[in-house]
Amino acid sequence: MKDPYEILGVQKTDSDAAIRSAYRKLAKRFHPDVNPGKPEAADRFKEISVAYDLLGDKDKRARYDRGEIDASGNEVPPQRPFYRDFGDAAGREKYRSDAGFDQADLEDILAQAFGGRAPGGGPGGPGGGRRFSMRGQDAQYHLTLDFLDAVNGTTRRVTLPDGRTLDVKIPAGVNDGQVIRLKGQGMPGIGDGAPGDALVEVAVAPHPVFKREGDDIIVALPVTLQEAVLGASLEVPTIKGPVRLTIPPNSGRGTRLRLRGRGIEGRGHQFVELHPVVPPSDEPELAEFLKTWKPRHPIDPRAGIETS
Amino acid sequence: MNITEVTALFSDLSQVELVRWVDQGWVIPDAEGTAYVFREIDVARVRLIHDLRRDMDVGEDAVPLVLSLLDQIYELRSQLKAALRAAGRG
Repeated sequence: MKDPYEILGVQKTDSDAAIRSAYRKLAKRFHPDVNPGKPEAADRFKEISVAYDLLGDKDKRARYDRGEIDASGNEVPPQRPFYRDFGDAAGREKYRSDAGFDQADLEDILAQAFGGRAPGGGPGGPGGGRRFSMRGQDAQYHLTLDFLDAVNGTTRRVTLPDGRTLDVKIPAGVNDGQVIRLKGQGMPGIGDGAPGDALVEVAVAPHPVFKREGDDIIVALPVTLQEAVLGASLEVPTIKGPVRLTIPPNSGRGTRLRLRGRGIEGRGHQFVELHPVVPPSDEPELAEFLKTWKPRHPIDPRAGIETS
Repeated sequence: MNITEVTALFSDLSQVELVRWVDQGWVIPDAEGTAYVFREIDVARVRLIHDLRRDMDVGEDAVPLVLSLLDQIYELRSQLKAALRAAGRG
């Protein structure tokens, strides 16, 4: 869109009268009816008319000069920066309100701004005091459990920061790092908001005897050479207390014996891994016997070990 | 921007009037020696006051009230944003 002043060949400072006379001169020259053989004259005439439409009107001309409308008379969106563009900007500090808002103030304001509506009442309906409701925050706790407490389940009393005590029921078989959610035991809600939950993250201390594999309990059980070779009936610890276990003859290292149902309650088993212990001190009789002993079923225990 | 450049942005704002706005604390330009230096935010504020006085015909005695309320809103907005950020939703 060309500048209407340019189209009419006038200056911005020219008077209304000067613009009118310039327009008339051009209109006479380019009127389509006096230029029947010049099709481009019609376009030129239109251009001149539009330009004069703008500049010939005192108000429109003034608005165009101020940049509020463009050459075709359309509103121009204001290009100026508004103060709100700086509302969050650095440098705003000097215009900070002295009134200030501390945290309590802010909560009051939030409480008024987001008040809960009376049930059924529409906006502005009855109910008067609009109150702010928000669910309470979740509270985080950490709890370290003995291995046996963790696999068998227990109840532990924890003291909350606000002085309340809370009995936390630990389900049997809780895992290290597992989070137990106690509904409604977190921070109180605001207004009608429900309280938050307490989230208790459980750490399970390792046990010197018991190991855990999923729901199963693994126990490494040292046995003597005689027990391994001849078999035996031994007392074996389980997470619920000792039980008797029959070791079959000829059990070697790594033999896994299953104690059915002795793992995590209702889900797992206990496995007993035998670890035959060679006598650490001199046993001359044993040594003498082994020197002359010819196994009936010779084995190569290192078969299968690849050294490449 | 110096004071001449600022008043040049308006067809009807004299330096005398702008200085009065500064004296009343409506606008707080930086001072460089004896001259005022208007930063972008100051110019935007001058435009705002100009709009208030001219377009909205807000009386001179009401301008401080309006500005004070606006400043409080901006302060509140920034605190609210900070609070929401702190609540993990910002």
